[in-house]
Amino acid sequence: MKISEIRDLLDAEVLCGADQLDREVTSACCSDMMSDVLAYVKDQGVLLTGLVNAQVIRTANMMDMHCVVFVRSKNPTEDMIELAEECGITVMSSRLRAYVACGVLWQAGLTSDTEDCDV
Amino acid sequence: MSEAVKFHFDVDGSDFSSAGAASVMVKKKLRQLGYPPEVIRKVSIAMYEGEINMVIHANGGTADVEVYDNEIVIILSDKGPGIPNIELAMQEGYSTARDNIRNLGFGAGMGLPNMKKYTDSMEIDTRIGEGTTITMRVSL
Repeated sequence: MKISEIRDLLDAEVLCGADQLDREVTSACCSDMMSDVLAYVKDQGVLLTGLVNAQVIRTANMMDMHCVVFVRSKNPTEDMIELAEECGITVMSSRLRAYVACGVLWQAGLTSDTEDCDV
Repeated sequence: MSEAVKFHFDVDGSDFSSAGAASVMVKKKLRQLGYPPEVIRKVSIAMYEGEINMVIHANGGTADVEVYDNEIVIILSDKGPGIPNIELAMQEGYSTARDNIRNLGFGAGMGLPNMKKYTDSMEIDTRIGEGTTITMRVSL
């Protein structure tokens, strides 16, 4: 699935990385616990989260993710946007709640690829 | 054998918002040096977990990364309280982090186990009341 399709499905506003909307991603994960993302997630292209701090972007960078979606209309700070731009990560914000956003993406074919447990 | 490439960082323990910045920098530098993505991912995740731990538990410290022909060595050193029970600290899910840290997305008790998981070897030298030095190696 292209990142542009994620934007459309989640009716999200792209906050940076608009030039990378053609990038393909094959799976996604959702968590507010960055520790769990680092421990259990592998090869996810997209991180959905309701947590807003710089470590969200840094964690996505560590895990080679292409896109971060902030749910519940949460908006990252300017510093976070700047960091995401440096790391080449597309950032968007959606008004949908995490559960609904995950459901929409799953139904559209974007599933999960986690180790041992679901996040 | 060519000379090692070395990076040194002071990790600020007073500002959580900067925690992990050194690891982002190391990841960028290893990419520039052309190392395989899998090696870069292992080194940067292990270092990131350690860096976060230093900020949460030890009020910061230093991070050194040494790149040799056959391995990358990460040395994290702090003057924090030390780890009273390493065996317990290595258990997945065991954490002494406070709730305010969990609200920031960390403190799930996965830091040390994850550092071990992503590296080929990990040594912990800890002294109560003096500090901790963790040395991790990733083979090339």
